[in-house]
Amino acid sequence: MLERIEQARKTIHASCEKVGRPIQVMEVCGTHTVSIFRHGIRTLLPENLKMLSGPGCPVCVTDQGYIDVVMDLARRDDTIIATYGDMIRVPGKGGSLESLHRNNIKVVLSTDDGLTLAKKHPDKIVVFVAVGFETTTPPSAVAVMDGARDGVDNFCILSGHKLVVPAMQALLGSKNDKIDAFLCPGHVSVILGSDAYKPVVEEFKRPCVVAGFEGIQILEGLAKICEQIAAGTAEIDSVYGAAVTPQGNKVAWKIITDMFEPCDGAWRGLGVIPSATMKLKDQYKQFDALHRFGIKEVPTEEPAGCRCGEVLCGLIDPPQCSMFGKKCTPDTPVGPCMVSTEGACSAWYKYGR
Amino acid sequence: MCLAVPARIIEKDGDRAVADAMGNKWNIRITLTPDIEVGDVVLIHAGYAITKVDEEEAQKTWELFEEIAHFEEERLKAEQQGGDDA
Repeated sequence: MLERIEQARKTIHASCEKVGRPIQVMEVCGTHTVSIFRHGIRTLLPENLKMLSGPGCPVCVTDQGYIDVVMDLARRDDTIIATYGDMIRVPGKGGSLESLHRNNIKVVLSTDDGLTLAKKHPDKIVVFVAVGFETTTPPSAVAVMDGARDGVDNFCILSGHKLVVPAMQALLGSKNDKIDAFLCPGHVSVILGSDAYKPVVEEFKRPCVVAGFEGIQILEGLAKICEQIAAGTAEIDSVYGAAVTPQGNKVAWKIITDMFEPCDGAWRGLGVIPSATMKLKDQYKQFDALHRFGIKEVPTEEPAGCRCGEVLCGLIDPPQCSMFGKKCTPDTPVGPCMVSTEGACSAWYKYGR
Repeated sequence: MCLAVPARIIEKDGDRAVADAMGNKWNIRITLTPDIEVGDVVLIHAGYAITKVDEEEAQKTWELFEEIAHFEEERLKAEQQGGDDA
């Protein structure tokens, strides 16, 4: 193992020296962000190689307007809100789900649990808080599929599901063209397949390398990226062959596309990105919380003074935000990047200072 | 959020299965991985198997989890002792 670490480190240093100029590599996965800090990987990198934490944590990219809609639904007497634990502390305009102290808010471990709640409480409408990237979208799709099959008419989802690749394109296209390459998410790529990054490689000529979550995999992924930058190439590569194939999980992808279609939607910090949010297809609209409750529009808003948006685009490091570590800490988070344990601000606060 | 944990399938009934990860048993769905058989090792995310992985890969993750749990125990022990002294 030590030999592999040393080999990767040497390749990274030699390549970066050859390039000479500053290099910026963005990881697009919250689990990578935490792993990079936890393993002290930044301390092994040459000075001209900088890691940026991109829009890879689903909680962090969820727009405040979405949270406000969840909060409005939670205040009703005819609903039960079923949510993954990650979302419970994210503040909207009027506080977080946790701060409401209502017993109609239930933390669940799977979409199945949400559907079970609906069957148990026929007098309530269960709203599943459906956030997450391609890894987390299939379970929401299956829940709606099961709900439709079993005739569960008091279950719906508020879809904030996101697609990673169009966000990477939007980032390069309009927000930050200084990103030299991407370290691509492992488990999103299990579903998507590594070939999905073709547009980034072909259109923007940026290397995309998929890695798993162990320190050594991240280092070896970075070594492959740096070699490509030094050679002036931009290709798709993967060091997570144990779980990721070029084609991905086709069964999961078919279930997603049977139930959902892409639409324009707001991402925190990135604004509205075309075709990067997933909504239920028309034939399943009775399972769509927006349709069910007659919500015409999800407002887009960001909390005043919060610079999470710039953090997510790789434009600033968390300590450059004046609230970081002062008004905004893991105990009193203002922005989602501090709330989520996978957020860049939370990781910087814990390990980076 | 996209964390996934390796576990071995020990029972299977239609698109539902029971998986074992280091002695912890979970009821999971195998809707996304219909070709899975009892004995296979899969990655589980939010109650769903998302792909089959090889034994060696899973073993590495399980060892890593054991290591983390061990460190955590040691840390708690050290904290408690520190607390007693104070």
